[in-house]
Amino acid sequence: MSKSLRIGFVLLAIALLVSGAWIGLAWAPPDREMGHVQRIMYMHVPAAWMALLAATMNFGTCVSYLWKASWKKDAFAEATAEVGLLFGTIAILLGAIWGRPTWGVYWAWDPRLTTMAILLVAYAGYLALRRFVDDPDRRAVWSAVVGIIIAVDVPVVYFSVKWWKSLHQVQSTPKTVDPQMVIALRWNAFAFLAVLIVFLVARYRIAFASRMRETTVPDAPVAVRQAVVS
Amino acid sequence: MRRPGLWASTWVLFRKDLLLEWRSRARVNALLFFSLATLLLFSFALGPDTALLRRNAGGYLWLALLLASVLALGESFRVERENATLEGLRLVPVNARAIFLAKAVANAVLLAGLGVLLVPVLVALLDVRIILPWTQLLTLIVLGCLAIAAPGTLYGAIASHARARDVLLPLLLFPILIPALVAAAKGTALVFEGDPMGQFSSWLALLTSFDLIYWGLGVLLFPRVVEE
Repeated sequence: MSKSLRIGFVLLAIALLVSGAWIGLAWAPPDREMGHVQRIMYMHVPAAWMALLAATMNFGTCVSYLWKASWKKDAFAEATAEVGLLFGTIAILLGAIWGRPTWGVYWAWDPRLTTMAILLVAYAGYLALRRFVDDPDRRAVWSAVVGIIIAVDVPVVYFSVKWWKSLHQVQSTPKTVDPQMVIALRWNAFAFLAVLIVFLVARYRIAFASRMRETTVPDAPVAVRQAVVS
Repeated sequence: MRRPGLWASTWVLFRKDLLLEWRSRARVNALLFFSLATLLLFSFALGPDTALLRRNAGGYLWLALLLASVLALGESFRVERENATLEGLRLVPVNARAIFLAKAVANAVLLAGLGVLLVPVLVALLDVRIILPWTQLLTLIVLGCLAIAAPGTLYGAIASHARARDVLLPLLLFPILIPALVAAAKGTALVFEGDPMGQFSSWLALLTSFDLIYWGLGVLLFPRVVEE
């Protein structure tokens, strides 16, 4: 991505976020039963969607890396895991803030909540593995293996917790809610998508640069490697 | 020279792993007393409420096994790493899948043996009664230990070559094992408390599908983990 395109995307993301906040906070009507608290959904739902989107991209990249290795794929896998962890954390925190006035509790042992929490801990482990392995080749292969295992685990976790206990409300469909709410949610979903792309691109560039630094002069001291890159 | 097939080399390696455990019995003993200590700790942490302890006994059994499994897996790869024996085996050359199968089965056997030894302790210590047939409990222990062993062996091989491996292995392994933990602990609780609703078979099915998925993934991915 060229520099002007990157700056354009940052500006687009900011514009969408600001206008989305106005739409969600002021323009859309308050919910009949939940009142203004429901407005958290305009952030919570897009954040959860983006976390799952990032996790899906991570899975795809991991499979593709094991198929045919490249440093670009490894850097992108690192970016998706880290940004996905960020969006998942936002989704869970906002959900807890929403859950307290609505359900009466911050946390419930519901399949979706529990699956998301396990997913976040698993990706934290994935990122820890990346920090703890120094050899870039091994790190790439091993984290790809771990990424695949995490992604395969998600449906199993969801299913097992569903048997275990359930509380999360059924998703509303566009047919059952006010059209203004649908617009507010969709607008914010696109805003979050723009933020996701901005973060992914930025994180990918950093990851790829550090891969290049590691592989070009692998045994040199850090200071020398930095001098080579800059 | 004819190279031995997958099953032949798996069998040889499996016997090698168990023989190693047998010759250094101190390790197995330490593992056993470690799990006994965990069981005691759970009881002390929860207080002297006998009814509560009995109701939670299934969960304690699996938590004790899970904690012990991290130590057992770490040990089994520490021995290999210190003598660079995995690299040696790969040079023979032995099929990497045979290494995975042998190691995972050996770990599962070790853990299942530990689980079987812990049941009488639960009966004595927490006044647990085994209401369903004991064969069902045995099936559960075997399937549950297989469920720990497959991803555990895969992750053990990875973590053994990383820094901070003692922290890394449980951090990677525990989140993945939650479905198996839920199914095994619930199933064990049903064995101890009775199963009026007939739910036992569905937990067994969940555990079996977990086993199939992770043994499949292990066989598929392990060669990539140990390649040079």
